[in-house]
Amino acid sequence: MLAEELKAVAAEERSIRDSTTARVNVCGAAGCQSLESGALKTALMEATATQGYGPESCAIRSVGCLGLCGAGPLVSVEPSGVLYQRVQVSDAPDIIAALNGRPVERIHLPSTMPFFARQKRIVLENSGRIDPERLEDYIAADGYLALTTALSEMTPAEIISAVHKSGLRGRGGAGYPTGLKWSTVAKAAGSPKTVICNADEGDPGAFMDRSVLESDPHRVLEGMAIAALAVGASEGYIYVRAEYPLAVARLKTAIRQAERQGLLGNNICGSHFNFRVHLRLGAGAFVCGEETALIASVEGKRGTPRPRPPYPAESGLWGLPTLINNVETYANIAPILRNGGDWFSAIGTDHSKGTKVFALAGAIRNAGLIEVPMGITLRDIVFEIGGGIPDGRAFKAVQTGGPSGGCIPEAFLDTPVDYETLTKLGSIMGSGGMIVMDETSSMVDVARYFMEFCMTESCGKCIPCRAGTAQMHQLLGRFANRNATRADLALLESLCDLVRNTSLCGLGQSAPNPVTSTLRYFRPEYEAAFAGEGGE
Amino acid sequence: MFAYLKKCEPPSDDKRWKIIAASMRKLGNERHALIETLHSLQQTFGYLDKSGLTYVAASLKIPLSQVYGAATFYNHFTMKPQGKHACIVCTGTACHIKGAPELLKLIAALEGIRPGETTPDGEMSLLTARCFGACGLAPVVVMDGNVLGRVTTEILQHRLREAVPSAR
Repeated sequence: MLAEELKAVAAEERSIRDSTTARVNVCGAAGCQSLESGALKTALMEATATQGYGPESCAIRSVGCLGLCGAGPLVSVEPSGVLYQRVQVSDAPDIIAALNGRPVERIHLPSTMPFFARQKRIVLENSGRIDPERLEDYIAADGYLALTTALSEMTPAEIISAVHKSGLRGRGGAGYPTGLKWSTVAKAAGSPKTVICNADEGDPGAFMDRSVLESDPHRVLEGMAIAALAVGASEGYIYVRAEYPLAVARLKTAIRQAERQGLLGNNICGSHFNFRVHLRLGAGAFVCGEETALIASVEGKRGTPRPRPPYPAESGLWGLPTLINNVETYANIAPILRNGGDWFSAIGTDHSKGTKVFALAGAIRNAGLIEVPMGITLRDIVFEIGGGIPDGRAFKAVQTGGPSGGCIPEAFLDTPVDYETLTKLGSIMGSGGMIVMDETSSMVDVARYFMEFCMTESCGKCIPCRAGTAQMHQLLGRFANRNATRADLALLESLCDLVRNTSLCGLGQSAPNPVTSTLRYFRPEYEAAFAGEGGE
Repeated sequence: MFAYLKKCEPPSDDKRWKIIAASMRKLGNERHALIETLHSLQQTFGYLDKSGLTYVAASLKIPLSQVYGAATFYNHFTMKPQGKHACIVCTGTACHIKGAPELLKLIAALEGIRPGETTPDGEMSLLTARCFGACGLAPVVVMDGNVLGRVTTEILQHRLREAVPSAR
């Protein structure tokens, strides 16, 4: 498909859309689908037919994630912008009857609520607005425009400089500058080069990547294609978790559609640029989120990390230069190219630019997916957007970064969210999982839960991680059973130090974080578990 | 030496082996096809057994030890036959603090099985998953492929009875 054809498809699609008087969008992402949004869509279609609406006057569409997963299934009506929550199949006739009147009060969700109003959507701009299984919908939302522009008007160096200027940092958690990574791969000797998308979202409590892939898969493909063009790669791999069947299915559909329209494959958009994307399924190993382990897994081996350097940028898949970025990082590329690096770098803080998608869950009223500008405070996320803690309970801590992160207490809620401040607090930005805990959660139990996770997920390559996590888990068990001693606490602290400093990869190095952060802010809970002192 | 490398015939004349052969051929019978092939093996037969692993090792020209190594490394693969029904309890962080441990206790009490085990009558397998990414609906249970959200012990008990009528 050439740039002109793309514009023609977009114009046609928009005119079809504008000719319908109303559009009812049903969330078709995994969360709402499990609440039977499929049956709801059928019911809505029946209701439109019985109430005399034709396909030109009211369209029922399945769209990606609308965000507030905790109140699913969600339905949105365009152009009025009315949102409905916890919609039952029986509500369908009322929703259709209310198309031209006042919204149905009992299920109405005010779109002015802070959950929606306080967000800034870049990565999720199409999420909940387009049908992820239709390429035309994506094209009508300026999809593949950035790729055609990059192909016809930009040199690889210009693409990299735009990404560099944007200040975008890796969204997988470590926050390495994306532009720098791209230029390293572009400069590296060796061919063919590969582009890998890390969609192995193993961090429990995080579902940003799943949502992006389910709601807007073409955006990730476009970002990967632009990356391949910039670094000179011709093959791409998406390593996605087997636990996300819907995301896998939608990616397969998207790849097939893009190939058929000449947006992937050989001679993309009539140019000399070739780029093919392959899917690889993960098999349930958390450590495969680490880049060298992921590469080993794509090669068909056990997913064990190896020492770096050499970094994958120099020696990655099959020993050749490999660019590896997270789903959310690629999802940011098309808007950066469309609007310019300066536009992106105007959002956020000095060192963390743009927005971040967080998966808000746990003891919180508005559980779901949010995208906020960097620099927003944790308090705003938890109490404004998240709506605070349900059941009248008190806030205790917010856990970011999953098993590699830490718990942040009330006292630091006014900290602006960016890579550096979260690290300073003993947690990490991580991939974006944010679990809120109320007063009923025991911090020792949380630390033990994450240690059990790291213990079972340790690949077993280095002894400090393999044996250290098991020892720490056992010690934490004593605290949980309230028969610990002061010597146990000292041993636990020294093990944290040892495992952090002597493990090879990020899993081991960050495994003590949940323990050290809870020890730092909730030490009395550990001391209360000394046998015969604070215990029973 | 390497005698097993010569034998590339499927272990039986079961037609399903053609699916496995096709998935290996799709990736050029190269060693990087291993994990994709194990996925296809498990999807087709329900679990990985020795004959299947030997066949894959021979076809892809990988030592059996390395195939076994990969099969046991990844949590997704199982080498035990599974029950008729599969109940997967999510043990992700959100589900953990919203009561997944109670759900596991309930199943242990009702069915007498722990994660990774199958009831003696082969009716039900209990598995755990690290996170389905449906944290907004925590706690989550996947029963025979259907994702159930906001599961309480009552709902789970009801669903278990539905799936396995003989259960108490």
